[in-house]
Amino acid sequence: MLETVSSMFSYDFMVRAIVVGILVSLCAALLGVSLVLKRYSMIGDGLSHVGFGALSIALAMNVAPLVVSIPVVVIAAFLLLRISENSKIKGDSAIAIISSSALAIGIIVTSLTTGMNLDINSYMFGSILAISESDVWLSVILTVIVLVLFVLFYNKIFAVTFDENFAKAVGTKTNIYNMLIAVLAAITIVVGMRMMGALLISSLIIFPSLTSMRVFKSFRSVVISSAIISVVCFIIGITVSFLYPVPAGPSIVITNLIAFLIFWLVGKIKR
Amino acid sequence: MPLIKCENLHLHYDKTPVVHNVSFEVEEGDFVSIVGENGTGKSTLVKGILGLIKNADGKVIFDGISKNEIGYLPQQTSVQKDFPASVYEVVMSAFQNKSFPFYKKSQKQLADENIKLLGIENIRKKSYMDLSGGQQQRVLLARALCATKKLLILDEPITGLDPVVTAEFYELISELHKEKGLTILMVSHDVKRAVESSDKILHMDKKVLFFGKTEDYIKTEYFNKMTGGNENA
Ligand SMILES: Nc1ncnc2c1ncn2[C@@H]1O[C@H](COP(=O)(O)OP(=O)(O)OP(=O)(O)O)[C@@H](O)[C@H]1O
Ligand SMILES: [Mg+2]
Repeated sequence: MLETVSSMFSYDFMVRAIVVGILVSLCAALLGVSLVLKRYSMIGDGLSHVGFGALSIALAMNVAPLVVSIPVVVIAAFLLLRISENSKIKGDSAIAIISSSALAIGIIVTSLTTGMNLDINSYMFGSILAISESDVWLSVILTVIVLVLFVLFYNKIFAVTFDENFAKAVGTKTNIYNMLIAVLAAITIVVGMRMMGALLISSLIIFPSLTSMRVFKSFRSVVISSAIISVVCFIIGITVSFLYPVPAGPSIVITNLIAFLIFWLVGKIKR
Repeated sequence: MPLIKCENLHLHYDKTPVVHNVSFEVEEGDFVSIVGENGTGKSTLVKGILGLIKNADGKVIFDGISKNEIGYLPQQTSVQKDFPASVYEVVMSAFQNKSFPFYKKSQKQLADENIKLLGIENIRKKSYMDLSGGQQQRVLLARALCATKKLLILDEPITGLDPVVTAEFYELISELHKEKGLTILMVSHDVKRAVESSDKILHMDKKVLFFGKTEDYIKTEYFNKMTGGNENA
């Protein structure tokens, strides 16, 4: 056990992956509670696919991936939010069109420029090798900003998530906070995408909050417990991917699935 | 000066007119009830006054009260079924626009006072979604009370409440009106009770059919019709 830990930390890329991964897991879990409750999970999915498209174009043009994809995904977040607010019924299909198109663009660009299936594979399903030294500081700064903003606006985020009409009635600019949630999610997704993979990053947002809602019944306890669940699942998942030849993303998702099943069972028994 | 003044207010849903040319005033200390058949635009009017719906035409003027000093109790919350939120969290959200980033001690005390006033101390840690309709209503009323010292705007729910709970609710509102001196604007689905407790009545069917003192309202045909015609004024 101790041996595993010390050997994990002896690799620079592992240290980077663990630091960024823990921060991303925290952000994703915290924002996930609001996104799931507001039925914005689709947006998380859409954003990750747009992020993938932006990322592959950035890599093809040989520019810093985060610097290009963050503004693109933030703009996409504004757009997707507008779509899903204005047309409740057609919103889902509009998001699906945008996200699958972005995915297709990303795959075409990547195939044309690198011609290697290996790369696409690592984008889709993530890789712990993905976080370069130059990415790590930007990732840390961005995720810390997300966490600080979440804590500062926690009361507003709860209020807007719970009862938007009441929030408006007491003068809260609900649109601004909806945007804030979407933008913070966009940043989290872009930062976490390389490691988790474009196809799996949104599960990092959805899983922990769904898991904790099986058992916990107040907003605060759900937020705190999903943060803990998310970090624990990340650590277990990445250790497994270090020890066995499986990519980090899927092994983190499976750990989350197991946590969900355990909490679901506990929730059933508690009743 | 009236606390709220509606001037020729028009409200639409996607171009369908729902509230037509409504003008009335709520003076400080008034208890005004809005009555009318189902679907006649009562909730819409309230939402228009609060600015939840953009007005197509006309004006709503608040005087001596700012937006974050109004206590609102919606007819239905759009809250989904298994939303994790404790009673205490819901009540505290009344202060969302009054302190940043965290709630103050005085606000927590005020929340405790109102929770006590409404007799919901024993459920303050419970999940809001697990409560009965009557309990939920009290929680939302506690939240509205925390949000205001002056004006309550209430949209009475129609479904899910038994007559005893409804009677208690009306009594509670009357008490708040008399003892705390709160101004009250309330959508009521029970004309007899509305007439018993309020000073003024606004009877609407998209437009205003009657607005004035309760004692004048009970002499009108509208009141007779609403009470089934067998009520002696
Ligand atoms: N969000 C909406 N979009 C479109 N039409 C709406 C919407 N909400 C209400 N309406 C319509 O507007 C009209 C007035 O509705 P409103 O809810 O204001 O009535 P109400 O007087 O409050 O009725 P009730 O007594 O049943 O509460 C109704 O015909 C209703 O179908
Ligand atoms: Mg109504």
